[in-house]
Amino acid sequence: MDLFLQLTLAGLAIGSIYSCVALAVVMIYQATDHFNFAQGEMAMFSTYVAWTLIGLGAPVWLAFLLAVGISFLAGVIIERVIVKPVENAPVLNQIIVFIGLLVIFNAVAGWIWEFTIKPFPSLFPEDLGFKSELIGPHHLGVIALTLGVLALVFAFFRFTRVGLAMRAAAANPDSARLVGVSVGWMLALGWGLAASIGAVGGILVAPIVFLEPNMMAGVLLYGFAGALLGGVSSPGGAVLGGLVVGVLENWVGQYVPGGSELKLTFALILIVGVLVFKPAGLFGRVVVRRV
Amino acid sequence: MMRPNPVTPRLLIGFGAAIVFAAILPHLVSDFTSFQFTLAMSYGIALLGLNILTGYNGQFSIGHSAFYAVGAYTAAILLYHFEWNHYATLPVAALVAFVVGFLFGLPALRLEGLYLALATFAFAVATPQLLKFDAFEHWTGGVQGLFVPKPEPLIGGLSADQSLYYVALAIMVLLMGVAWCLLHSRSGRAIMAIRDNPIAASTMGINTALYKTTVFGISAMYTGIAGALSVFVTEFVAPDAFNFFLAVNLLIGSVVGGIVSIPGVIFGGLFLVFVPNFAQDISRAYPFVPPPWAIFGILLILAIYFVPFGVWGAVERVSARWKRKSAAGR
Repeated sequence: MDLFLQLTLAGLAIGSIYSCVALAVVMIYQATDHFNFAQGEMAMFSTYVAWTLIGLGAPVWLAFLLAVGISFLAGVIIERVIVKPVENAPVLNQIIVFIGLLVIFNAVAGWIWEFTIKPFPSLFPEDLGFKSELIGPHHLGVIALTLGVLALVFAFFRFTRVGLAMRAAAANPDSARLVGVSVGWMLALGWGLAASIGAVGGILVAPIVFLEPNMMAGVLLYGFAGALLGGVSSPGGAVLGGLVVGVLENWVGQYVPGGSELKLTFALILIVGVLVFKPAGLFGRVVVRRV
Repeated sequence: MMRPNPVTPRLLIGFGAAIVFAAILPHLVSDFTSFQFTLAMSYGIALLGLNILTGYNGQFSIGHSAFYAVGAYTAAILLYHFEWNHYATLPVAALVAFVVGFLFGLPALRLEGLYLALATFAFAVATPQLLKFDAFEHWTGGVQGLFVPKPEPLIGGLSADQSLYYVALAIMVLLMGVAWCLLHSRSGRAIMAIRDNPIAASTMGINTALYKTTVFGISAMYTGIAGALSVFVTEFVAPDAFNFFLAVNLLIGSVVGGIVSIPGVIFGGLFLVFVPNFAQDISRAYPFVPPPWAIFGILLILAIYFVPFGVWGAVERVSARWKRKSAAGR
C-alpha cells in the first residue's frame, strides 16, 4: 500500500509538470488553433538559461524568476518575428515552422551547452522541517509551486483586463478587433505566457530527468497526452489531464509488465486512444463546423 | 488546385537525359560517391511516399521515420535471422509497411490535419524505444541493432556499390512511374479531391475513408521499401537511427524538393545526403557558424516563407512563365 501511495504522489508531482506543459500547449492552441511542437524544446532552452545563471552565481530562485522572465520575452519575440509571417498560411506550413523551431532550439542548445547530461539543483531545500516516507521534498515543492502558478494564471485570465482581452482575442478575433483589442499583440502575449509556463515545467523537471537537450521529448509527449485527455479547448481540463497522465504513467511503469521500458509507447497509445474514442477530451467542447 | 506534373515533350526529353546521365554516373565517380547517391535515392523513395500522402492527399505525417524503420527492420530481420536473399525481402518489407500504415491510417481517419500530425509525432518519438524493448531484443538486436551484409553484385564487373546503385535507380524509376500513373488515374483525381475539399469529395460519391487509409498504406509502403533499401546500403540497423530527427529530415527533404511533386523527390534526396556533410564541414571550419541541424531548421523556415512549393515547384513556375512570354512574343 505504501508503494502504491508513493507511486501516486510521485505521479502527481510529475503530473503537475505535465500540466504546465499541457497548459502551455492549450494556451497557444486556444489562441491560434495550433499545437506548438517546439514547446518542449523552448522549455528546455529556458532551463539551460536558468542553469547558466546559477553557474554565474545567481541564487536558485533568482535564476528561476529571471529565466521565466527571459522566456516570456523570447516567446513574444518568436511570435512576432517567426510565427507571424505564416499566420494565415495553410496548417502544414505552420507545423513545419514549429518543427523548424524545435530543431533550431535543440541544435543550438547542444552547440552552446553540449550534449552531456548535467545535474540541476532543486528549487526546494532538502529539509522542509518534517520528513515523509511517501514523498520527497522536491516532489512536494513541485506540486505546491505548480498549483501556485496555475492559480496565478487562472486569476490573470479571470480578473485582469488584459486577461479578458486575451480571452476575447482567442474566442472571436474579429469582434475583439472591433472593440479595440490588439489581437496580434494578444497572440504574442499568449506565446510569452506559454513560454514562461513551459519554462516553469522545464526547471521543475530538470532535477528529476537531468538537464540535456533531449530531456523534454518525453515530457512534451505526455504534456500533449494530458492536454488531449483533458480536452484541448479547456485549460482546467488540460491541468487535470496532465495530473492523471502523470499518475497513470507511474502505475503503468510499476504494474504492467514491460511498462517501465515502454513509457513513450504508453503515451502514444493514450494519444491515439483519446483521439479515436473521445476526440474532445474529458472536459472539452465538441466543435461543430459549418460547411 | 495543384495538378500532378503534366507530361510535356520537354519533360520527357529531360527525363530521358536524366536517366542516361544517371546510368553512366557510377562509372564516373568513386564507389563511395555511388553509395551516397544510392542513399539519396532511398531517401527519394521515402519522400515520394510522403509527397503522395501530404502533398496530394492532404494528410500530414511528421512520423514517417516510423515506417522507414518498419521497412528497414523487416528487411534486416529476414536477412539476419533467416538469411533470405536481399531482393526477396523487398516485397515483404513493402507489404509489412503497407499493413502497418493501413492500420495506423484507420484511427487517423477520424483525425484532421493537426491531430494526425500529433498522432504521427507520437509514433515517431515512441519508435526507438519500441525497437529497444527487451521482449523483442532477440529479433531486433536491442540497442546494438543488427549487422547485415551488402548484396553481391548482380552482374560481374560491377562493384557491390555500383550494382546496388542500379537496383535503387530501377526501383526509384519504377515507383515514380507507379506514383505518376496512380495520380493521373481516376483514383488520383479522387485522392486530390479529398485534399481540396473532403466534403465535396464525399458528396460526389468518393469513399473518403477507404481512400485515405489506402493512401496512408501506400505512403507507408513506399517509405518501407526505402527503409529496406537503406539497410542494404548502410549494412546495419540500430534503433536510434530512426528517431524523430529522421522524420524531420524527411519533412525537410519533401519541402525542399517540392511537396506536391514527383520529380522533386530527387532534389530532396540529394539535399538530405549532400547538404548535411557540407554544412558539417562549414561549421567545423568556422566555430561561430551554428551546427548543421540549426542551419537545417533555419533553412526549413526560410523555405516555407519564400519557396513553399520547393525546387520542382520553382522549376515549374519558371518554365510556365517562360512559356507565357514566348507565346506572347509570337
